[in-house]
Amino acid sequence: MSAGIELDDVCCDFGSFRAVDHVNVSIQPGEFFSFLGPSGCGKTTILRMISGFTDPSAGMIRIGGKDMKGQRPNQRPTALIFQNLALFPLMPIWENIAFGLEVRGVAKAERRAKAEELLRLVDLPDAADKMVSQLSGGQKQRVAIARALAVEPSVMLLDEPLSALDLKLRQHMRAELRAIQKRTGVTFIYITHDQGEALAMSDRVGVMSQGRLQQVANPRDIYNNPTNGFVASFVGENNIFTGTVGSEAAGFARFETPHGAFRARANVQGGRDLKLYVRPEHTLISAVPGLENSLPVTVTDVAFEGNFISVHAVSQSGATLLAELRNDGSVAIPAPGDALHMSFAAENASILPDGLVRGE
Amino acid sequence: MSELLRRYGPTLTGAFVLLTAFWLLMLVILPNVTLFEASFRPYLPVTEVGGPKDFYSFGNYMKFFANSTDTDIFGFNLPVPIHVKIFFGTIYFSTLVTFITFVIAYPLAFYLAKVVTPKSLPTLFLLLFVPMWVSEVLRSFAWWLILAYKGPLNAVLQGVGILDAPVRWISGYRAIIIGLVYTYVLFMVFPIYNAIQSLDTNQIEAAQDLGSPWWRTHWRVILPHAKPGIASGSVIVFMLAAGSLLVPALLGSPTSLWFTQTIQQWMLEAQDWNTGAAYAFLFLILCTCFVSLVMWLFKVQLTDIAK
Ligand SMILES: Nc1ncnc2c1ncn2[C@@H]1O[C@H](COP(=O)(O)OP(=O)(O)OP(=O)(O)O)[C@@H](O)[C@H]1O
Ligand SMILES: [Mg+2]
Repeated sequence: MSAGIELDDVCCDFGSFRAVDHVNVSIQPGEFFSFLGPSGCGKTTILRMISGFTDPSAGMIRIGGKDMKGQRPNQRPTALIFQNLALFPLMPIWENIAFGLEVRGVAKAERRAKAEELLRLVDLPDAADKMVSQLSGGQKQRVAIARALAVEPSVMLLDEPLSALDLKLRQHMRAELRAIQKRTGVTFIYITHDQGEALAMSDRVGVMSQGRLQQVANPRDIYNNPTNGFVASFVGENNIFTGTVGSEAAGFARFETPHGAFRARANVQGGRDLKLYVRPEHTLISAVPGLENSLPVTVTDVAFEGNFISVHAVSQSGATLLAELRNDGSVAIPAPGDALHMSFAAENASILPDGLVRGE
Repeated sequence: MSELLRRYGPTLTGAFVLLTAFWLLMLVILPNVTLFEASFRPYLPVTEVGGPKDFYSFGNYMKFFANSTDTDIFGFNLPVPIHVKIFFGTIYFSTLVTFITFVIAYPLAFYLAKVVTPKSLPTLFLLLFVPMWVSEVLRSFAWWLILAYKGPLNAVLQGVGILDAPVRWISGYRAIIIGLVYTYVLFMVFPIYNAIQSLDTNQIEAAQDLGSPWWRTHWRVILPHAKPGIASGSVIVFMLAAGSLLVPALLGSPTSLWFTQTIQQWMLEAQDWNTGAAYAFLFLILCTCFVSLVMWLFKVQLTDIAK
């Protein structure tokens, strides 16, 4: 059983401060949806509104089509996994997991059986009688998931549950979470400030900044077709040029910058400041000028990163640029001081407005 | 100790240690040892002190079991020594006082720790403390005035229509209980406040999120976490209530007797310090036993309380 969630023009004010600003999104039943954004952008506030701990100042939240206004946290079909897990340290693991069942008046033997079943699901079959303090970080993580699953929620809300874990364990738990989600079919709403995590795990990602939802799309579109400058620069690296848009035709526009005139994809409704964004892996290096959007540069630094090599360069007009070369031997690796040309294809560059700001 | 030395140097550290030692030895250990020794000796006229009649015995302690009166216990008329009866009365009513303070203090402590916004907390603390600036004597006397037969409490309750006729509040142990609860309730509030305050609010919310109604959240999550605070608050309030002399003296009635009053009678009225001391030690030991027993029943460790 899983339910969809709709946030309909939801706002949340703390005093005069607007933490969540006119958020609209519709999350499908069974979807793995991530909210991605920097610290303080309002992600936790959104989760708390969905689970019922904070009331929206305006707008409507529907779960499974039902308006949640006035429903207290213990009446909603959601289960929240807290940023710090919030396991009960004075109960053994199995009672932690079975707490939601205890609340629902399930008999003790049945609770125990269900807890053990869930412990097998999260791959901790022997932990039933241990105490929380005896578990490692990753194991606590899994107990928290099991505890939330025990109440058979329609929606699981996860608030940066992996942020406290080390890299290896985090990667392992990502796969595990994803697998559990697929197995149970429950709608997962996942919060993170780690773009890699969001892109790797989610069906769709909502990128947030300053309390505003900047873009909702599948991971590929978030990375390849960001709709504004905030999304482009929060998710991945960019070479950024400021300038003014010139004539526009068939989705491409001329972009005048102090470093020359470029051509790039544009889909601009005007109003905001515009910048040109191009990814380092789409920035090409050559000894002779490229076919289009080319500028002569001097290499300032070359950093070997393992699977790729970053080349930092500065153009004659003073623009700093970054290109990433794949470490597959297909291109000669430049050295600092080399005079070369950097260029990019128009279809790999986008002219984008700045991100939405709070209160606009 | 070495930390102290490093921070304050040998002179100041020496002074600290000497002062503490003096306080412990002269003001705590010595008087108690003297009383303890005296409690085993008979009360004699000055001329006979040190004479042939002056030898150690449990005589003073045995007086506790003298003077039986018939008492109704669960329908049986049994002879019970009068002082034993007073002792159990004191224990019983002190336990009742402890329980009532807990019932009042727990919601208050929870409210202060988890509901109030941090901004209004100092004001509330101040309001709680202000009555404590007035001396205990005055506060007890104030209660005596409030509870008087023709006093304001009866007037208000009758005025509002809760009571038809005035209640004689100062009769039996009633007023003592009210006075003791009022005097010692803060000693229960603060340990519990501290305990609840250290509970991660997310745990309360996690319980709610899993569907728990408020009472179960308290029963399964907040109360167990607050147990050490409740235990230390209860021990403090129980010991203070049982050992209180002023409140029972001021708010007592002819039918109420508190064990401290018995000790006082031995010491001041009978001038028999030896028996008084014996009673005091007996009281201390029995109360300690009672507290230990209750702690054992509730599975509280001494180390929990020290936390
Ligand atoms: N109870 C509150 N009272 C006042 N301001 C609050 C409250 N809760 C959150 N805020 C503010 O709202 C903003 C969003 O907070 P929120 O906790 O949602 O951020 P977040 O995106 O979860 O950040 P993080 O990644 O650091 O957890 C922050 O600027 C925060 O200061
Ligand atoms: Mg957060």
